[in-house]
Amino acid sequence: MPRRNVRRVVGLFVSAGLLLLVVAASFAVGAKQVPLDQVWHGLFHYSGKETDVVVRDVRVPRTLLGLLAGAALGLAGTVMQALTRNPLADPGLFGISAGAAAAVVSGISFLGVTSLDGYVWFAFAGAAVVSAVVYVLGGGRGASPVRLALAGTAVTAALNGYVFAVELTDSAALDRMRFWTVGSLASANATVVGQVAPFVGAGVVLALALARPLNAMALGDDQARALGTRPTPTRVLGLAAVTLLCGAATAACGPVVFVGLMVPHAVRSFTGPDLRWVLPYAAVLAPVLLLGTDILGRAVARPSELQVGVVTALVGGPVFIHLVRRRRMARL
Amino acid sequence: MSVLRSRVLRTQGLSVRVEVRAVLVVLLLVAVALAVSVVLVGTGDYPLSPAEVVRTLTGGGTAAQEFVVNELRLPRVLVALLVGAALALSGAVFQSVSRNPLGSPDVLGLGQGSTVGALLVIVLLKGDPAAVAAGALAGGLLTGAAIYLLAWQKGVHGHRFVLVGIATSAILVSVIGYLLTKADLTDAARATLWMVGSLNGRDWSQVWPLLCVCAVLVPVLLGQARGLRMLEMGEDAAHALGVRVGRTRLTALTCAVLLAAGATAAAGPIAFVALSAPQIARRLTRSPGPCLVAAACTGATLLVTADWAAQRLFGADRLPVGVLTGMLGGCYLLWLLYAERKGGRV
Repeated sequence: MPRRNVRRVVGLFVSAGLLLLVVAASFAVGAKQVPLDQVWHGLFHYSGKETDVVVRDVRVPRTLLGLLAGAALGLAGTVMQALTRNPLADPGLFGISAGAAAAVVSGISFLGVTSLDGYVWFAFAGAAVVSAVVYVLGGGRGASPVRLALAGTAVTAALNGYVFAVELTDSAALDRMRFWTVGSLASANATVVGQVAPFVGAGVVLALALARPLNAMALGDDQARALGTRPTPTRVLGLAAVTLLCGAATAACGPVVFVGLMVPHAVRSFTGPDLRWVLPYAAVLAPVLLLGTDILGRAVARPSELQVGVVTALVGGPVFIHLVRRRRMARL
Repeated sequence: MSVLRSRVLRTQGLSVRVEVRAVLVVLLLVAVALAVSVVLVGTGDYPLSPAEVVRTLTGGGTAAQEFVVNELRLPRVLVALLVGAALALSGAVFQSVSRNPLGSPDVLGLGQGSTVGALLVIVLLKGDPAAVAAGALAGGLLTGAAIYLLAWQKGVHGHRFVLVGIATSAILVSVIGYLLTKADLTDAARATLWMVGSLNGRDWSQVWPLLCVCAVLVPVLLGQARGLRMLEMGEDAAHALGVRVGRTRLTALTCAVLLAAGATAAAGPIAFVALSAPQIARRLTRSPGPCLVAAACTGATLLVTADWAAQRLFGADRLPVGVLTGMLGGCYLLWLLYAERKGGRV
């Protein structure tokens, strides 16, 4: 094995170790601090005492959802950036969350959906439709970063008008929506985790399988064809993966921006551009980021908490601006 | 259509180029805006015919008509006209400086900045409408300064300006979301109503400050119009033609931010007037550069028309004007993207 790959494998193990640490912290930190030995007790010797219930019924589903949503957002961001050859691609910026929000508010107001398990399907459908619309309006294969971002902004604006109109006429819908829109892992439960897991699983498999063709696509359509990759099926499958992953993540925890944007950039800086390495790294490190920001949100505002969507935006926004300010970006 | 070409008027020492088409368009827009205003004053639970409105405005109405017109409806219409004009001017400047039809204050996050300011007052301080307006003003100004500084890097590059604005607005949106979850339901409803942008229940206390802001800033801005038009040809060309690039741009942007923040403080972040009005004005006048006067007139006309349409479509005061402009504006933006792509400009 070349030395570079040895380093990459070691790095992947280190990342996995980091993920374990974050998961342990996510079990322990919160409104009620649970020491690690109690966490262990709650996980493997469940006896129904208070800390056991906290760990098993609150922290475990929340952490699992964080793992799933984080991996989904990280992979979706990576695939989107590769597909559009656009360093600023991010699921949250491209109107996908607005599509999900419009579908959810319709469900709440017109069909009387009241539980998170019910929202999931609406959010999923909305996200799927809007991601396709934005991609097409953004110019499909010829999309430039600015065009895609603006298409996302336009779709978001039009849909927000609709969401506002519904909220203003129906205050019950407003009351539910304001907690969904902010993006949070707090309302996770076993049902929701079970609902989104198959979609995330399928998306992860699809995304990882696309590493090689997407690598070829980075050279441009003609070169990719010469290397034996068929661009159109790759693109369609890539979009399917993005929709599965973003749709599931947004459905389960509401809109979370910038995770899909930041992780691939961070990962590429030490793996290089090879997607066969970037994708697994993103799948491991994105949950580290999402759970890390979630823990941060729980720790800074205790006993209340700062929703993970807020923390990621506050952390991710400056990273985005830094990327835009870099000289290379200015010429996009 | 040779009548509509631009003419040059010369006297002994002075010559002025008059764009006949632009002048005609401006006159027409003013006429439409006034006509719609009269109709809008007459619209509501106590309907008045246009003739009655005009008679009342000139001082010949009954006491009841005087009260309805002068105290209830006239301020609302004046706020609509002023806000429309201010937003459109601000949009024209931003689009001109970023050299991008999509670089308007609402895409760049100025509206979201005002919203954060207003929501802080509503949610944390439970302030009265005047305090909310002050909060919105402060929020808008701070956001404007932040975007300018962050996008600044040896000159303001158009795309960077837009992308920094989009990032800023994403951050601010999450702050808005957080503030909404912290509010109780009454405050959240009040905040949502404010966020949409509404002209309901505006009175003279909103008209006067806005009028003062416009009276000071609009002449300053019009003084920069020539320089702005040169700037669209690129910094070097403008510099060679004798424009002080940095000073012109900074003055124009400062005025634009102040106008946008003032308008938002008065009526909330009414979406997309700032984006669409300058573009429509440019297409109407077929002028090569930003035509500030025409843009202002278009904005005023658009907003009074939208307010009238919102009242007719949704019923009086049921849904605020911002819902209508938001939905229409989003669709307009999408169309603009489509058209620009065909023209190969974006």
